[in-house]
Amino acid sequence: MIPGTFDYHRPTTVESAVALLLQLGEDARPLAGGHSLIPLMKTRLAAPEHLVDLGAIEGLHRVERIGDDVVIGAMTTQHSVINSSLLADLVPILRETALVIADPQIRYKGTIGGNCANGDPGNDMPALMQCLGASYTLTGTGGNRQVSARDFYLGAYETALAPGEILTEIRIPIPPTGHGYGYEKLKRKVGDYATAAAAVVITMAAGTCTSASIGLTNVSETPLWAAEAARILVGSTLDVATVDAAVAAAEAITTPASDMRGPAEYRTKMAGVMLRRALGRARVRATV
Amino acid sequence: MTKSHIKVTINGKTVEALVEPRTLLIHFLREQQNLTGAHIGCDTGHCGACTVDMDEMSVKSCMTFAVQAHGASITTIEGVANADGTLSALQEGFRMMHGLQCGYCTPGMILRAHRLLQENPNPTEDEIRNGIAGNLCRCTGYVNIVKAIQYAAAKINGTPFQEAAE
Ligand SMILES: Cc1cc2nc3c(=O)[nH]c(=O)nc-3n(C[C@H](O)[C@H](O)[C@H](O)COP(=O)(O)OP(=O)(O)OC[C@H]3O[C@@H](n4cnc5c(N)ncnc54)[C@H](O)[C@@H]3O)c2cc1C
Ligand code: FES
Ligand code: FES
Repeated sequence: MIPGTFDYHRPTTVESAVALLLQLGEDARPLAGGHSLIPLMKTRLAAPEHLVDLGAIEGLHRVERIGDDVVIGAMTTQHSVINSSLLADLVPILRETALVIADPQIRYKGTIGGNCANGDPGNDMPALMQCLGASYTLTGTGGNRQVSARDFYLGAYETALAPGEILTEIRIPIPPTGHGYGYEKLKRKVGDYATAAAAVVITMAAGTCTSASIGLTNVSETPLWAAEAARILVGSTLDVATVDAAVAAAEAITTPASDMRGPAEYRTKMAGVMLRRALGRARVRATV
Repeated sequence: MTKSHIKVTINGKTVEALVEPRTLLIHFLREQQNLTGAHIGCDTGHCGACTVDMDEMSVKSCMTFAVQAHGASITTIEGVANADGTLSALQEGFRMMHGLQCGYCTPGMILRAHRLLQENPNPTEDEIRNGIAGNLCRCTGYVNIVKAIQYAAAKINGTPFQEAAE
């Protein structure tokens, strides 16, 4: 399978990349790791006339703590996320999630920015970003703007990115020390997108849940932030009846497609099962 | 469409070439460089037969454009043997442990195992299996591939290895 022809550009600064994208217009696309875009181009589902490779822009490969946030440059690979001790200490759910994305080879090239900007409901990072309350820095010729991950996804492959804009960094508020977390993903095999997956972050105090946030992957056209399900958990001891109610609330907002991963009803139920398991793990991990 | 000029180091040798931007790295290696060791299995990023080592990463070359390799250093199976032509520890391991049958997956398996052992010189069986999770083998059932990698790790580390091939 051979992609259609295109012109290749390799800018070395964000400014020149966004200027190029704006100038080339609709026929141009940014290229990050290429592991979602190249498969689409090989099957000719995408045929951009210009690719603007972000790989030579230096400032986009970085992970740092800035105040109460961690800031991850868009071109940071999943492999670097997995191996970052800063992230393992401060936001360990990132590593847990990155490890269930695709396979080792794809994680060396696939970037966190590409995963979040792609807009494919099958991507694992977007629901996690919604769970963590992350915000994306979008850079255009006019400068930067911040968009919350919870507002960024408009539909399948439809995002808040304006023409000519690129996602340059992801800012994640550091969860409190002692928080519990879990990312649970049901997949048929290594390298498969989720049948359903759930990201959970909670805090506990004296046996009571004091805060909760939940994201769901691949059970709608967009990732889902399950605000109502999380609200039900807060103030409870995570007793069986409360967890049942939260799982029901999460299942209620899913609208999965029936596909080769199973019928819609099954995928909805699996979203519930993944949530239950992720929550169970988060609870064990939380310092009470 | 303009061709792009690229400069890459392949198995220690610097190569300059003009490529169409849409040329995939696997096609560049196989068709322009006559390095036919890396194979095309699935052409969709799943099987790992096309795996090469690029700037200390295991990369699926069917999912990478040759232009993205500009400035990179690449190792293919043709560059894996020792300088005197004898088999590398991994090649020897695959031979001694019967880690291959048809051999189609083998170049990708060896390049992936090479990077795995660079990053983790003494992996557990579980770490090996997770480490090669992006490489499919239709023949062996993986048991002897795992042993081949354990054999190589032991040889590199200078520790004993007694396991027999199954
Ligand atoms: C076999 C296989 C299995 C996979 N399994 C999984 C999986 O289980 N879970 C999962 O989440 N993913 C999976 N993926 C996809 C993989 O994680 C991709 O790497 C990821 O979705 C996209 O990141 P990328 O860096 O490769 O982006 P690219 O493919 O380069 O880009 C993807 C899209 O985003 C745009 N884009 C990229 N970066 C930016 C940016 N900074 N700003 C604006 N737009 C940008 C591009 O223009 C393109 O439209 C799999 C891929 C393969 C081939
Ligand atoms: S041919 Fe590249 S992964 Fe199968
Ligand atoms: S030896 Fe035949 S595919 Fe692995």
